[in-house]
Amino acid sequence: MSEPLVMGIETSCDETGVGIVRGTDLLADEVASSVEEQARYGGVVPEVASRAHLEAMVPTVQRALDEAGVTLHDLDGIAVTAGPGLAGALMVGVGAAKAYSLATGVPLYGVNHLSAHIAVDTLENGPIPEPSIGLLVSGGHSTIMMVEDLAGEVSQLGASIDDAAGEAFDKVARLLGLPFPGGPYIDKAAREGDRAFVEFPRGLTAAKDMERHRYDFSFSGLKTAVARWIEAQRAEGKDIPVNDVAAAFQEAVCDVLSRKAILAAKEQGVETLLLGGGVAANSRLRSMAVERAERAGLTLRFPKPKLCTDNGAMVAALGSHLVAAKAEPSAMNFPADSSMDVTVVSLADKLD
Amino acid sequence: MNVLVVDTSTSAVQAAIVQIDGDELYLESFRREIDGRGHVERLSPFIEACLEESNLKPSGIDAVVAGTGPGPYTGLRVGMVTAATFAAGRGIPVYGVCSLDGIGGSARGRALVATDARRKEIYWAVYHNGARQGDPQVGKPAELPDLEADYALGEGAAKYAERLRIPAEERPVYPDPVKLVELAVPRVRDGAPTERLTPLYLRRPDAKPVSP
Ligand SMILES: [Zn+2]
Repeated sequence: MSEPLVMGIETSCDETGVGIVRGTDLLADEVASSVEEQARYGGVVPEVASRAHLEAMVPTVQRALDEAGVTLHDLDGIAVTAGPGLAGALMVGVGAAKAYSLATGVPLYGVNHLSAHIAVDTLENGPIPEPSIGLLVSGGHSTIMMVEDLAGEVSQLGASIDDAAGEAFDKVARLLGLPFPGGPYIDKAAREGDRAFVEFPRGLTAAKDMERHRYDFSFSGLKTAVARWIEAQRAEGKDIPVNDVAAAFQEAVCDVLSRKAILAAKEQGVETLLLGGGVAANSRLRSMAVERAERAGLTLRFPKPKLCTDNGAMVAALGSHLVAAKAEPSAMNFPADSSMDVTVVSLADKLD
Repeated sequence: MNVLVVDTSTSAVQAAIVQIDGDELYLESFRREIDGRGHVERLSPFIEACLEESNLKPSGIDAVVAGTGPGPYTGLRVGMVTAATFAAGRGIPVYGVCSLDGIGGSARGRALVATDARRKEIYWAVYHNGARQGDPQVGKPAELPDLEADYALGEGAAKYAERLRIPAEERPVYPDPVKLVELAVPRVRDGAPTERLTPLYLRRPDAKPVSP
């Protein structure tokens, strides 16, 4: 068999993503987003997202097939995000993937969204050295992962104990009067700002926290600190220097994220660090991670920003990896699992 | 012609294959399980089982019919996306039918059809000798207008029998797959263009837009 041709469907949040890859070549990456509609609500409303997924599914799949110049019957696998994510949103993607598989006889793979964020890097930078450490940061997750085998052995070293990093970006953006989603707007404002303008707290970095929560994150205290600082300024009748606050906030987030991820790689004796998730598109996180990885003698990898955010290509990339590794397809009765465990890369072995 | 029909507008997860032979409709195979939270796990295996029982390959299906609700959204969407993508995957048309018609379409006399809308509400419509009178509605069972219906039926009628001022059938009935197909027969026969399925939501999403 030539390299596997796989379609990936991703509906864990507010984007309907359909990607098609052959081996590690990206042939199509179509996204229908409800972000504009979500912005009217100031955040992701699950019901709005689910409605949009249903409407977008068939046309988005068709666009991806056309873009790739293939038909469903050419596929060697159909992969879909089975979790984690918003339950109602996941169900639309899972239902669709099952029916496409049923209609065409193409094997089905229910896969983990987090591992897909790691796998997407293969599309730009080739096969992933094993083991690798993955730092996944987005509106839904802030996780340090150990990837021993991308086809089946993945574990979690640490994660946020409260807000995800992306959530903190959204909330602080709101405090600063910047639009949703906050990440790109804070990034942009921060470029004109002074990173050392205020020293915001770095969560879970105190000595005692480094014992219990060595690789974990906490961003809710940071968000509160920014809110208090803004409140205090306003009480004194001062203007809020948006660019400076954005830069100082972003510095605090990126500092903790990169520091702990590199610490994990060094302590686990792993030479490769991968960045993934929407926040991995942040320019400061990238430049800081590049600098620190180089100093630590680590290889740092990350895909281009468009592949960092949720998309179908990442699901297809993981699917292609699973097909190539001869992983078992999933049974037709697998559920959408909103809290799917990071250790379950695909649902092949978890069902009878 | 063989038609795959799915309905997930109620707590019944349903799939069936109905054969259209001249003016006759035959139920070839049928799967139903009452599992209000199990739509995404059960529906595709049910379709698989129906195909097997009917001795058909997916290529033996000529059209798909889907109940478009009204119904609790999460489950309803699973049926509709399954119908739409199965049809797209085979290159065959898909047609939507109001799920309540799958119950009321066979009701004699003047009947209130009510399904469970959760949050202590029902989806409802009145039928006169099988013909729906007006658009489906959502509301509290005790707050329906005077409908002059002789009886009430459906999962919602059974559940809220005490609050309806209309005698209700105790045994819940669900959209009948043969009836759903029957209502789509003209479209199936004419090879009408495939439809973009839109659920009958009847409610707005639970969120308020932020003021600009
Ligand atoms: Zn993600």
